[in-house]
Amino acid sequence: MLTYTIRRFLLALLTIWAISVLSFAIIQLPPGDYVTAYIAQLASSGVDVTPEFAENLRQQYGLDSPVYVQYLKWMQQISRGNFGRSLEWRVPVLDIIGDRLWLTMAVSVSAVLFTWGLALPIGIYSAVRQYSIADYIFTFIGFIGLAVPSFLLALILMYVGFRYFGANIGGLFSPEYLQADWSLGKLWDLIKHLPLPALILGTAGTAQLIRIMRANLLDELRKPYVITARAKGMSELRLILKYPVRAAMNPFISTLGYLFPFIISGSIIVALVLGLPTIGPLLLRALVAQDMFLAGTIVLFLGILTVLGTFISDILLMWVDPRIRFERRE
Amino acid sequence: MADQIARANGQPPMLTVEGLKTYFFTDEGTVRAVDGASFEVQAGKTVGIVGESGCGKSVTALSILRIVERPGRIVAGQILLRRPNAKAPVDLALLEAEGAEIRAIRGGEIALVFQEPMTSFSPHYTIGNQIVETIQLHQDVGKEEARNRTIELLRMVGIPNPERRIDEYPFELSGGLRQRMMIAMALSCNPKILIADEPTTALDVTTQAQILDLLRDIQQRTQMSVIIITHDMGVIAEMTDDVIVMYLGRVVESGPVDEIFHQPKHPYTQALLRSIPSIFAEPRTKLPTIAGSIPHPHNRPTGCPFHPRCAEAMPGICDRHEPRLRPISEAHFASCFLYHEPEAAPPS
Repeated sequence: MLTYTIRRFLLALLTIWAISVLSFAIIQLPPGDYVTAYIAQLASSGVDVTPEFAENLRQQYGLDSPVYVQYLKWMQQISRGNFGRSLEWRVPVLDIIGDRLWLTMAVSVSAVLFTWGLALPIGIYSAVRQYSIADYIFTFIGFIGLAVPSFLLALILMYVGFRYFGANIGGLFSPEYLQADWSLGKLWDLIKHLPLPALILGTAGTAQLIRIMRANLLDELRKPYVITARAKGMSELRLILKYPVRAAMNPFISTLGYLFPFIISGSIIVALVLGLPTIGPLLLRALVAQDMFLAGTIVLFLGILTVLGTFISDILLMWVDPRIRFERRE
Repeated sequence: MADQIARANGQPPMLTVEGLKTYFFTDEGTVRAVDGASFEVQAGKTVGIVGESGCGKSVTALSILRIVERPGRIVAGQILLRRPNAKAPVDLALLEAEGAEIRAIRGGEIALVFQEPMTSFSPHYTIGNQIVETIQLHQDVGKEEARNRTIELLRMVGIPNPERRIDEYPFELSGGLRQRMMIAMALSCNPKILIADEPTTALDVTTQAQILDLLRDIQQRTQMSVIIITHDMGVIAEMTDDVIVMYLGRVVESGPVDEIFHQPKHPYTQALLRSIPSIFAEPRTKLPTIAGSIPHPHNRPTGCPFHPRCAEAMPGICDRHEPRLRPISEAHFASCFLYHEPEAAPPS
């Protein structure tokens, strides 16, 4: 198992490298570069730009060298912990991402917790009491949750909150904490603001997971080992939780790695609607402005997080399912 | 009937099933999986239940343990279990299916071994974990004690290296070993009755013989009652004291194994026995089969359920009247109009 883990880890590093190349290539794909966008912006505000000025800018940012040189320079800087300066914001990329990364994690984790906390029990109930009235109701609500775009849900909730409760929903902090330094009060304020984005971002995933859990568990409940356990005299609840539910967990764990990037990319519109200070809108803006160091760093971070998530879910899977552990013991 | 056998043995039966009906209420209609089955199991004896697939053997076993799954339900009948230190037997059919009382009986007093040794253990836990759990469910012992007992049980059912095997996962074991583990788990709480539902069906012939030997050996040592459910007449002949022949959810014939084999009365039993391959048979002759196939469960024949396939069916009687299980001799019963007249009024 140790050999396997080490090999997985090395493979993960290789994948991260490939992601860095790919993310750099993707950022380079659109025609033009940051200077083009910058000049267009200057021109639109009435400033006259000479070709020499543009050329100087390109040299200054190293945009005149070939793509692979740009990539190597970028990697060299990253290996020293320097992710470059944002072309648009003119500050180090890490300073921009810093807080936002943690806030994004907080929002994502609470969305995942919400999703799992709701989907697991409901999925189990729906499978055990298949075709009961409650099962039908959950199925109905689930499909609605799946079908409604989450930004629409965000808009509706904001409207309802404002119209009927006079509450200004949106953002992750109350105005008084917005510029404040981190303190226990600010943390508590954040925690109070998290449930709503978690609900909005988690609804579609919840509906999906309920269906997956229900289907998995229905398969498992028909297996002979359930009859064996029942014939032992175990109580039904304990039996279901110990045997079939554990077996039905595998797909949950194996999708853990994708959950994080899925929530971030899926949350861009929601984050814009709700005014959440997360990574999503930042990435969008960086891409539009062709701010390549910022965009590259974000894409790279997302890639690393995905690989890391997959790595963790692989290890978890081995821990949960002994069959996988033995298959991979070489 | 109960009285007669009791008199013959001088002791009330361990388990009495009387008029058991287990129906499945599906959208397509009601399936009468068990439709009025009656039989008895004597203490320390082995009873074989035999019949074709779909005759209700397994559902009978599940009914006794009260683990019939929805949409199935026991709709009528009694399942009387004699319990130690209790004057009157308890009727399992009346107990709450998920209640504490039946759960104490399940695995504690009546244990089940069934036919899928590959999948009847959960692959997520070690064998030891699953057997220890059974012991701790029914007996007030610590983990250490339960584990030692498990190792002892594994040794008893002939598993080499039990100290090591106890920590292995089911998928690391062969089918034969797994079935031994299954038997060990069933025996872990010293049940009074062991129900073995096709215990050897999925195993190769050599292993089958070993498992049957093991069951017989254990039965002699522990003096428990064994119910063997099978479609294999060879297993019946080798293992049982009494035989119950089931067809379409009903007992069509029952009696001591010698009488069933040497003087089968019901045409269905006779046909079943004819269809056993024999080493004395003429080479390259066809093995006799029973004409037709089991009727569709939603489309049961009227009268005697076997009459459409019966060579000796009497038109006007067998298709109109329902036969009942009647004595042929002291302990031998058959449900056939060849041996008794139909009752006066035919069912409308």
